[in-house]
Amino acid sequence: MATTSHMFMYSLTIQPPTAITQAILGQFAGTRDQQIVTASGSKLTIHRPDPAQGKITPLFSQDVFGIIRSLAAFRVAGSSKDYIIIGSDSGRITIVEYVPSQNRFNRIHMETFGKSGVRRVVPGQYLAVDPKGRACLIASVEKNKLVYVLNRNSQAELTISSPLEAHKPQTLVFAMICLDVGYDNPVFAALEVDYSEADQDPTGQAYEEIEKVLVYYELDLGLNHVVRKWSDPVDRTASMLFQVPGGDDGPSGVLVCAEDNITYRHSNQGAFRVPIPRRRGATENPERKRSIVSGVMHKMRGAFFFLLQTEDGDLFKLNLEMVEDKQGKPTGEVKRLTIKYFDTIPVSTNLLILKSGFLYAASEAGNHNFYQFEKLGDDPSEAAFSSDSFSADPSVPSTPIYFHPRGAENVNLMESMNSLSPLIDSKILNLSEDDAPQIYTICGSGARSTFRTLKHGLEVSEIVESDLQQVPSAVWTTKLTRGDEFHTYIILSFANGTLVLSIGEIVEEVSDTGFLSSAPTLAVQQLGEDSLVQVHPRGIRHILADQRVNEWPAPQHRSIVAAAANERQVAVALSSGEIVYFEMDADGTLAEYDERRQMSGTVTSLSMGEVPEGRMRSSFLAVGCDDSTVRILSLDPDSTLENKSVQALTSAPSALQIMAMADSSSGGTTLYLHIGLYSGVYLRTVLDEVTGELSDTRTRFIGAKPVKLSQVSVKGQTAVLALSTRPWLGYSDVQTKSFMLTPLDYVGLEWGWNFSSEQCVEGMIGIQGRSLRIFTVEKLDNNMLQESIPLSYTPRRFVKHPDQPLFYVIESDNNVLSPATRQRLIEDSQENGEATDLPPADFGYPRGSGHWASCIQVVDPITTKSVIFNLDLEDNEAAVSLAAVPFSSQDGETFLVVGTAKDMTVSPPSSSCGFIHIYRFQEDGRELEFIHKTQVDEPPLALLGFQGRLLAGIGPILRVYDLGMKQLLRKCQAPVVPKTIVGLQTQGSRIIVSDIRESVTYVVYKYQDNVLIPFADDSIARWTSSTTMVDYETTAGGDKFGNLWLVRCPSKVSEQADEDGSGAHLIHEKGYLHGTPHRLELMVHFYAQDIPTSLHKTQLVAGGRDIVVWTGFQGTIGMFVPFASREDVDFFQLLETQLASQQPPLAGRDHLMYRGYYAPVKGVIDGDLCEMYLLLPNDTKLMIAGELDRSVREIERKISDMRTRVAY
Amino acid sequence: MADKLRTIQNLEALQARYIGTGHADTTKYEWTSNILRDSYSSYVGHPPLLSYMAVGMGEPKEKMRTMMLEKMVRGAGNPPETQE
Repeated sequence: MATTSHMFMYSLTIQPPTAITQAILGQFAGTRDQQIVTASGSKLTIHRPDPAQGKITPLFSQDVFGIIRSLAAFRVAGSSKDYIIIGSDSGRITIVEYVPSQNRFNRIHMETFGKSGVRRVVPGQYLAVDPKGRACLIASVEKNKLVYVLNRNSQAELTISSPLEAHKPQTLVFAMICLDVGYDNPVFAALEVDYSEADQDPTGQAYEEIEKVLVYYELDLGLNHVVRKWSDPVDRTASMLFQVPGGDDGPSGVLVCAEDNITYRHSNQGAFRVPIPRRRGATENPERKRSIVSGVMHKMRGAFFFLLQTEDGDLFKLNLEMVEDKQGKPTGEVKRLTIKYFDTIPVSTNLLILKSGFLYAASEAGNHNFYQFEKLGDDPSEAAFSSDSFSADPSVPSTPIYFHPRGAENVNLMESMNSLSPLIDSKILNLSEDDAPQIYTICGSGARSTFRTLKHGLEVSEIVESDLQQVPSAVWTTKLTRGDEFHTYIILSFANGTLVLSIGEIVEEVSDTGFLSSAPTLAVQQLGEDSLVQVHPRGIRHILADQRVNEWPAPQHRSIVAAAANERQVAVALSSGEIVYFEMDADGTLAEYDERRQMSGTVTSLSMGEVPEGRMRSSFLAVGCDDSTVRILSLDPDSTLENKSVQALTSAPSALQIMAMADSSSGGTTLYLHIGLYSGVYLRTVLDEVTGELSDTRTRFIGAKPVKLSQVSVKGQTAVLALSTRPWLGYSDVQTKSFMLTPLDYVGLEWGWNFSSEQCVEGMIGIQGRSLRIFTVEKLDNNMLQESIPLSYTPRRFVKHPDQPLFYVIESDNNVLSPATRQRLIEDSQENGEATDLPPADFGYPRGSGHWASCIQVVDPITTKSVIFNLDLEDNEAAVSLAAVPFSSQDGETFLVVGTAKDMTVSPPSSSCGFIHIYRFQEDGRELEFIHKTQVDEPPLALLGFQGRLLAGIGPILRVYDLGMKQLLRKCQAPVVPKTIVGLQTQGSRIIVSDIRESVTYVVYKYQDNVLIPFADDSIARWTSSTTMVDYETTAGGDKFGNLWLVRCPSKVSEQADEDGSGAHLIHEKGYLHGTPHRLELMVHFYAQDIPTSLHKTQLVAGGRDIVVWTGFQGTIGMFVPFASREDVDFFQLLETQLASQQPPLAGRDHLMYRGYYAPVKGVIDGDLCEMYLLLPNDTKLMIAGELDRSVREIERKISDMRTRVAY
Repeated sequence: MADKLRTIQNLEALQARYIGTGHADTTKYEWTSNILRDSYSSYVGHPPLLSYMAVGMGEPKEKMRTMMLEKMVRGAGNPPETQE
């Protein structure tokens, strides 16, 4: 390995992207139920909507290691199952099916047609499938269109033809769909623009006269070729097409959606056009034209309608009326279009209507929503507009039509699925004083923006919380007979007694149970068919069904200190260190085994495990002693109480639990011994079912208190509840079956046990101080908890108060009227007696081009969990940057510094000027007081506190300011980067300056001479989005194309820059190739697809190592874990190679090519690929394990250790 | 000579297949138009990039996409006058 870097990182996704590129609907499982398949980033996910509960649950998710650009569902004639076609960056068309029995995606076909990558002429952007599943068309933005004929062979397998070309050079495609033509030859419709003439005409006349045409491509199935059948000019602004049902259901043809109008077009009949209604309101500009941004067609029982959404989020219902014949049956001739306002929902990328009467909206920003239809917009009072009143000619301007937006009437929100996308910035801090830090993020756009707190944990729903008179030490639940489904008694043990409660309609105390109430209890167990056992310090009470009691007293001068029991066996440990073992014999009495086993020390805990199905007894007893060991004793008749194995521990065990759990390595269940120590460490080891050997121990520190363990049941699987300072749940991951240990978002419990009743089938019962709590865990598929606080506008950046747990968020929205303008308009209209007030969170803000609405908000995420202060910016200023800066000239007082831009236009970037505002923190930072503002020539896009002064990046100029009485005072400046400074980082006198498109430049500030000297820059142009300093020499950063990288300054250069003195040697050094004298070295490079928006060097778990955590624009949270040893790197490199060859990515993209999209991968192991190992079938796992010369368990352990040591 | 002919033929095939394959007489206008169109199609084709720009501009993704495609129609503007 000569060509490898000496720095290696393990890249892993903590939370996959949540932005949905596309969502499709189909019967992918082959049953009548519909599923939703979504593409987010490189992840393909299948979801199951549950119409009964109105919820959506993800079934399976797979990383395809490619950019998914388009998806389509289709069904071959005669089949009952929908397949998925993926258009990706692989230069291949991939057909995938969902296999419900294995819960996996399976690739059926993959055909290569072009180069890989997202290119102008390589198809993949558009995908259209014939509704009868006979053909599909995959097209590129320009020129290329390929048609594949889909068919079935005699074995009912799907076949795919070689591609037929329908290329047209110098032609751009704006939209592409397939027509519904019944069983005629498949026809594809495209919106095209031919630019060839405009490129030849210097006068620009040809460009002015360019027409957009609707083109029909017909696939002649008989002749097996594609012809350009029909083309007709449409509105120049047209951008979307929708399929109109054909055959027996409708007239066929397309809807062409353009700015301000929707036109029905078809080759055999005339056009019909309706304008898009505009909002009426005091703050609405009546001239503003809307366009359609998404929509859906829904067919039901011979009728159909369209729901079309504008950029404001308004949904319109569009109906097509057909001419009826004498019998009143619709002919294929269109009579008119009618459009009416339906409802308003957030702007979506995809709308899906389910047969069960639900609407799934994949939102562009923020949470995805799942609605139920209340009615279908049949309200006659809502004005409908018909195409009769409008000319169909696109050149004739139509009179605008208006509607009044109102609250939702037709759809009802059932579930909102959390989505962080767009995730704009984050901070990782521990403000709530938990053991692990939380992730604070600002996300969303417009009025649906949020400030979200993310915390590792499982959501708990509490059912009962009731206070008791005394503090109980333990609680159990038990059923009465073996056949009972639910528990009958709750047994509470106190310091001097035992209390029994019965579970029913009401929970009440019962006294005639046979339980000894005058002593504390050590264990309770339902034994045999219908008897109960209570173990107390003085003996064992066997309570028979007829209330008779058999008591086994503890020997004199000795008491019972620990007990374990299952439905056939009981074992107790005496204070003398003896183990007494009982087994139930044939007549249902407990028989003592005639020998007692003397242990070396005092026994602290015992565990037996349940009797396995079809067996007489559990074969093992785990004994924990205070000499820090756990021994496994045999319970088999021929070797009773003999030693099987021993495990030494770091501290005495406080709890033991033998239980069988689902296991990823074997595919079935495996017996585990869970060990909790007095030191707060939790261990899990595999217990061999035959030999009793202990192996594969995994350790985790879970809190500062002795660990208590109990077996519980969650979502149908057995799980272990581990209690320390916080409760944790150990369970198998829903998809990979690998073991997960996640804290519960709940109070710290002292004791926990499982609980099952009619009302709460899979619950848990616990004690916290004096209160008894019953709770359940509903979801195991999401271990990140979110709390969100609504913000006003799209957040741009945020900082934390230097001492208080408060955040300052700057927010701004382009083309939105500022509150002052809105207020003025409303006041004006109130004089005319017309005013409406629509909540912006649902309806958005009134828009006006060139306007900016911007504010600074103070967010308190800990106590009030809300925005506590709001400060609107005026004069069309938009906040672009902020920093909390301590000024040494003001005795180190910290001020909030906000950079703004006046009259900014985003593209091309320009503004009339910029300002730097200074605010003083008042009331411990809960309020802001404006001090003054300083005008600068360009918007200051980066601000940073630096050695008691302010550092500002203004265009290419880096400037140092001090705080004056009236304005900021310029102290020193230097042009340090070629284009625009967008980010600043500092350590000591070193400043890392990131440029909008020229990577990072290292700058040193020389205090004596008061100069800023750039001394090292990068050799590659990186469009930096965010950076962080990993150490004094190294910067980790991300760019707008989705790369993550680490660059390092050579140590010699670094030392030279920091040499004492004036820095004259640096100033006079000769620049190299129009840059600084020195270059940075690339250490690590990796393509992540998502755009990194923030990077942090931090720890995510208590006691974990420092890692680089990054957040992506689409909601990804990922991390880079540095490798400590070379052996691990070699191992994971081998594993990566094996996985990439044995399990090539689903969409056909080469894994290494994908991760090296813009530049070759350097020094990174793709952990997401390595974790694919857990999803493989067992034989492939074994094969790879064989190649690597290791066991499957060993490999899985290594993979899971990489994650759990540093993160979740 | 046959080799040279073949090279020319190969080049022509490439040029026909992949737009933007240059030749000895590529003009500045052709080159810039090509770069612009490649860039815009790349913005449209990479979903994160498109939504990044959409949030920056305060427009929905679909409008952003149409805007980009319209810019592809325009390319680098009107071609320069040719002197014959």
